[in-house]
Amino acid sequence: MSNQNQQAVARYQNNFLKEVEDRVEDGDWVKMCMQCGVCAGSCPLGDAWEHTPQKIFMMIRAGKREEVLKSDAMWMCTSCYNCIVRCPRKLPITHIMHGLANYAHRMNLAPQRQPTRVIAKIFWDNLVKTGRVNELKFSLAMYFKDGFSQGIKNAMAMQSAGLGLMKAKRLNPFEIFGGHKCKDSSGIKKMIAKAREIEDRKKGYTPL
Amino acid sequence: MTDSIATSQTILVVGGGISGMTAALEAAECGKQVMLIERNATLGGRTSLLYRYFPKMCHPTCGLEINLRRLKGNRNVRVMTMTQVVSVIGSRGDYTVTLKVAPRYVNDHCTGCGDCAKAVEAEIDNPYEYGLAKTKAAYLPHAMAYPQRYVIDASIINTPDGEKALAACKVGAVDLAMQEETIVVKVGTVVWATGWKPYDAAKIQPYGYDRYANVITSLEFERLADPKGPTGGKLLRPSDGREAKNIAFIQCAGSRDENHLRHCSRICCMASLKQTQYVREAYGDAGKSTVYYIDLRTIDRLEDFYVKVQKDTTVSFVKSKVAKIVEDKDANPVLHGVDTEGYHRYATAHDLVVLAVGMEPEANGIKLPDDMLLDSSGFIEGSRDEGMFGAGAATSPLDVNRSVQSATAAALRAIKVVYKTATVEG
Repeated sequence: MSNQNQQAVARYQNNFLKEVEDRVEDGDWVKMCMQCGVCAGSCPLGDAWEHTPQKIFMMIRAGKREEVLKSDAMWMCTSCYNCIVRCPRKLPITHIMHGLANYAHRMNLAPQRQPTRVIAKIFWDNLVKTGRVNELKFSLAMYFKDGFSQGIKNAMAMQSAGLGLMKAKRLNPFEIFGGHKCKDSSGIKKMIAKAREIEDRKKGYTPL
Repeated sequence: MTDSIATSQTILVVGGGISGMTAALEAAECGKQVMLIERNATLGGRTSLLYRYFPKMCHPTCGLEINLRRLKGNRNVRVMTMTQVVSVIGSRGDYTVTLKVAPRYVNDHCTGCGDCAKAVEAEIDNPYEYGLAKTKAAYLPHAMAYPQRYVIDASIINTPDGEKALAACKVGAVDLAMQEETIVVKVGTVVWATGWKPYDAAKIQPYGYDRYANVITSLEFERLADPKGPTGGKLLRPSDGREAKNIAFIQCAGSRDENHLRHCSRICCMASLKQTQYVREAYGDAGKSTVYYIDLRTIDRLEDFYVKVQKDTTVSFVKSKVAKIVEDKDANPVLHGVDTEGYHRYATAHDLVVLAVGMEPEANGIKLPDDMLLDSSGFIEGSRDEGMFGAGAATSPLDVNRSVQSATAAALRAIKVVYKTATVEG
């Protein structure tokens, strides 16, 4: 993965804007930002961010690659879409934030313990195994993400909710043994691999 | 009533603001026959509702007076107020235009004495004060009105108030039986000087123009600053009538915004810079103006004015498009946003907020002939048969100076059409 990052640095030299345009979802919109600040001011989580979208766009243009990709700012986006609605230039800001987060993850520069990144990884790994989300395993993985003893504490704290879900038949304890799957798990895996291959080709990644 | 009162060598100018008056006068002074029609009861348009012009800070009355003098001294222009175009058919050099003349209920005997206004009791929203003031239902539009004739509002016709106006008039000018008329004219060319209108500020939801009394538009602020306006020239807050000393100006209110107007309205930067000087004029060093902007666009020589305002210690600039306005318990608008120079988050209270609203073509509400060519914002580019033209702010967001230039150019184009017609007819 870090190899992937070195290749990107070598390829784009100091032209981070070009890199974002080529490789980040909706990244070609970044140059359209006129720095008015409405996204930053409209964001309901605005002051919880390290950098606002407005600032991130300027940092991209200024070539601050490491600072942007290592930041946890874009991981804070909750997809409320306020910025997209208000942007006077109709930049798809929410999508760019998710695109940047995804790219930072692929470059392995995103903060390791960033909660949104952790949950996204757990969710993805869970999903691609069988083509279905195994809710029991997903919840357990979330409980134990910060270690075994913390996991037990989390599970105890959530005990009544878990039992309630079981009673309502929303949670099946037998899911722990493999769980439900889609009819053609290997087909799903092939499909995802193909999608990845197409994306890599489009965005000019060297094959892993 | 359908009788022809013009030949195809006549130039029809639609709109009697500064552009229409200029186009009409330039053509008339070249010896052409001109009809100047205006929808409102007076010529002068939106310029007559301004307090001062930029950059010289002179009063619009000066320029209007000169134009009215030219108009009175010229026999080639026929002025019709309260008149609108219903339809235009035909082609270059030969148009048939149907006009609708609304009843004024006051004929040309009127001396402007004002006895009818004294007699009438009903009040209406003053159409020349952007809803900031009331006026009697028999009224003179404003001090510079041309013609200097009173208007009786249709709402008091067939009421005792109407009879009072009739009884009060000593010169027999009130005619309550006046009816709407339709007139058909033949003209060679049409100059559309239909002007502009302010963008509806209530559509900019986060600024709360429709919710907060102390958020007003730049045009309303012109009326507040005008000694002839609703506050006698005092900058009073609409909510409590207190003097507003700490005033925020928000640029690009509607302009340069894909959600509102796509174009830059071009005049608003200079208009706000000008208005900061109204604040200085009113309070000296005790006033405070803050201009919130994306970037300030003061073109060519107008930049000198910007440089002058930058030196004014009562004026400060914040590079930021304000994200939203909320009101505090004292009805002060509090501006929220993040500034671009340092990315600082601010929440700043002001006494009054002035939205520098964008310019939209007035023609967006007028049915133009199908032959007209408009740009993506609705401004007039011309007509397919090249026989009709736009002039002034109907063609692009222009200040007064550039509107006059545009109108003069339109007059020349119109003269060319009429000249060709005259040549063909021998």
